[in-house]
Amino acid sequence: MGRTEIRIGGLGGQGVILSGMIVGKAASIFAGRHATLIQAFGPEARGSACSAQVTVADAPIGYPYVKNPDVLVVLSRDAYAQFAPSLKPDGMLLYEEEMVSLADHPLPPGVKAYGIPATRFAEELGRRLVLSMVMVGFVAGVTRLLTVDAFEKAVVDSVPRGTEDLNLRAFRKGYEFGTGCVPV
Amino acid sequence: MKADPSGVLTGMHFLDGDHAACEGALAAGCRFVAGYPITPSTEVVERFASRIPMVGGVFIQMEDEIASSIAVLGGAWGGKKVMTVTSGPGLSLMMEHIGLAAITETPVVIVDVQRGGPSTGLPTLPAQADMMQVKWGSHGDYEIIALSPASPQECFDLMIRAFNLAETWRVPVFFMMDEVIGHMTERVDIPPADRIDVVERRWTTKKPGEYRPYAAGPDGVPDMVKAGDGHRIHITGLTHDERGYPAMNPAAQDKLVRRLTDKIRKNREALADIREDGVEDADVVVVSFGITSRVAAAAVDSARAAGLKVGHMRLVVVWPFPEHRIAQMAPRVKAFVVPELNLGQIALEVERAAAGRARTVRIGHAGGTVHEPEQILAGIREAAG
Amino acid sequence: MSQNLAIAADEREYPVENPVIPYLRQERIPHIWCPGCGIGTTVNCFARALTESKRDLDQVAIVSGIGCTGRVAGYLNLDSFHTTHGRAIPFATGLKLSNPKLKVVVYSGDGDLFAIGGNHFVHAARRNMDLTVICVNNFTYGMTGGQLAPTTPIGASQTTMPYGNFENPFNLPFLADACGAVYVARWTVFHVKQLTRAMHEAISKPGFTFVEVLAPCPTLYSRRNKLGDGVDQVKYYKERSVVKHGAATKEVALGFQGDIVVGKFVDRERETWLDGMNAHFEKVLGPRYRRYGE
Repeated sequence: MGRTEIRIGGLGGQGVILSGMIVGKAASIFAGRHATLIQAFGPEARGSACSAQVTVADAPIGYPYVKNPDVLVVLSRDAYAQFAPSLKPDGMLLYEEEMVSLADHPLPPGVKAYGIPATRFAEELGRRLVLSMVMVGFVAGVTRLLTVDAFEKAVVDSVPRGTEDLNLRAFRKGYEFGTGCVPV
Repeated sequence: MKADPSGVLTGMHFLDGDHAACEGALAAGCRFVAGYPITPSTEVVERFASRIPMVGGVFIQMEDEIASSIAVLGGAWGGKKVMTVTSGPGLSLMMEHIGLAAITETPVVIVDVQRGGPSTGLPTLPAQADMMQVKWGSHGDYEIIALSPASPQECFDLMIRAFNLAETWRVPVFFMMDEVIGHMTERVDIPPADRIDVVERRWTTKKPGEYRPYAAGPDGVPDMVKAGDGHRIHITGLTHDERGYPAMNPAAQDKLVRRLTDKIRKNREALADIREDGVEDADVVVVSFGITSRVAAAAVDSARAAGLKVGHMRLVVVWPFPEHRIAQMAPRVKAFVVPELNLGQIALEVERAAAGRARTVRIGHAGGTVHEPEQILAGIREAAG
Repeated sequence: MSQNLAIAADEREYPVENPVIPYLRQERIPHIWCPGCGIGTTVNCFARALTESKRDLDQVAIVSGIGCTGRVAGYLNLDSFHTTHGRAIPFATGLKLSNPKLKVVVYSGDGDLFAIGGNHFVHAARRNMDLTVICVNNFTYGMTGGQLAPTTPIGASQTTMPYGNFENPFNLPFLADACGAVYVARWTVFHVKQLTRAMHEAISKPGFTFVEVLAPCPTLYSRRNKLGDGVDQVKYYKERSVVKHGAATKEVALGFQGDIVVGKFVDRERETWLDGMNAHFEKVLGPRYRRYGE
């Protein structure tokens, strides 16, 4: 895989930027590849549209924007509506299945869609905040973009001290679900 | 000399350009920052405010950019390496103190994370439209140096050079980022302190009574002291003689202003840093800087794939403008293509240096995002004729 | 021959050098101030205050803005900085924070400090930045030719208020007090002893200290308002000054040729910005904090 472009979309407070940070960090620091992260968010801190663009590549990355992602990760209905049309044909859609309904919007041809009840998993783990870690694990499991080891190191390196175990459990929950997941 | 290890966060990091720029400043020895919050530059001072208590130094959030831009000049005369950080509207407020720094030869680094203008413009979106303002914005004749990083790694690396240049030449050095570079996150490798070369202030070796604050050495730059060293200096924004005393006559003005400009203009070639790629046999040369150079590189690759002979010059040092290099190339290329996130600023310099011997094709962009590579490719095609 | 004798006689009669001379950059004299101007008197008092303070003069820096009083920095034989219009205080803030051993004195005029520089005064006082600010208040813009100042009394004529001022001026001690200055005094150039003592107290007290000095501008303010020459203004100061130490600052506003309340109005204790920073970071960061400025 020479170059993978990922867009993660959701709402402020869902950990969208942190998810992008972990993917980028896993690739560029713990997997020896190149990565760029571009973030866009509204002026409000919570509840507004928020998205991260991550490019992972074997060579240095010039143009850093993601226009037609290979992988689209969506955590909100609005993000799905906004970004689904831009998904590359034959690309992958990873979505939070309790927040997003595929019926809302058609997908480009050949797209494989994978759903996960990530919010519920996070709640079962005791903290709704770890939703983003479940999603990152899901991305790791479905895409096999990088080694699990690289992702886990990036998780540990990115979360507040003392919360590593919880976050790793959330990551693994998403990862295991992802490895066994079949597209709808 | 080598960097003070207390300011160097050695290791591999995943940082955005704003944070990396702050780390560069700390590694370079910056120990006093005065700033005022303004998007998209604020993260630079936020990080400095959180890091400096453990490094040993001071951050103060001033009441406005006018205050910030002169507090750092006071900080420099107190003996510290200093920086202030802003974006377009703040930069506009700082202009008088750019002139004061130039005439008093105060080493200072000014970070401008460029956003769309004029006025409040596009606070959260990029532009490269302050390039002429930093060159010409304060009144009178003077020279500055401006660097243009194209990645968070360069925000770190070039920031160290920015401080070194400010100390070497005693001019304001502008660090011309943009919103994309400032907020884009990439890997940043920070080397150990003993592998970072920093330039110490040009402290005089003369004793009080012998020292003349504005008696320049052969390179046109005077040595410096700080307040409290016993030299009883007088530093003024008025035209001054070698003692630093006001001297308001045409001869003193000519002597001072020529030296202030010559110390940079005569070292234009030594200061230049141009990253060239395939310009030797090119018909068309793309001249770019900052974030735009990354997009331009993609366009150049596409043009070459289409069989065009295209070279790429990336200006790391934008000011002083490397007109010598453009002039050398102008007779043997068809055209220069200049993409930039403004409607024609550095393109004017290219045009001037090419002096009619090659065309200059402007690929202007009003800002708010970066070019599409296709826009630049279209310009290359047009230039190749 | 007779001239030499005269000099010799003069030296016999006055064997002691003017005590202020070592404080001045002799090579820069004569100064630019007009005959009858009050700024020189304030400089004389300041030099004497420095003597009384017994400070190491190598560790005293003076910062001025632009204007007639802005030229003070250029005549004093100290580390001296003549900055931009209105910005002496933020320059001084940077100088002090960068090199905390210094005693930093801002010496400037009313227009410089309170019109264009007003915001900086307000914030430096709020922060209790360790600076002494001496404001020579002559009610006018001298260097540019007698325009309206933020201190011009109502009724006084200025070139940009040719029919008399109708704008309310600042009451400077009240402003300084409200913003948090730890020392606030007002004197006039008639009160040289008291002024010298106030300057000495101000430079000896840590924190943001403020001295307002009323001084005549005979060339512009007095002449335009038909108030006579410098001596006439000093007579006015003598006749209409009322000493009221501890006066409530809101009651010391100045009217055109009215009573002048002088004295030491404020003298209180507050932690300086730098002491506050050190104490706070030591408390919240513990041993990780690298104490600054010692």
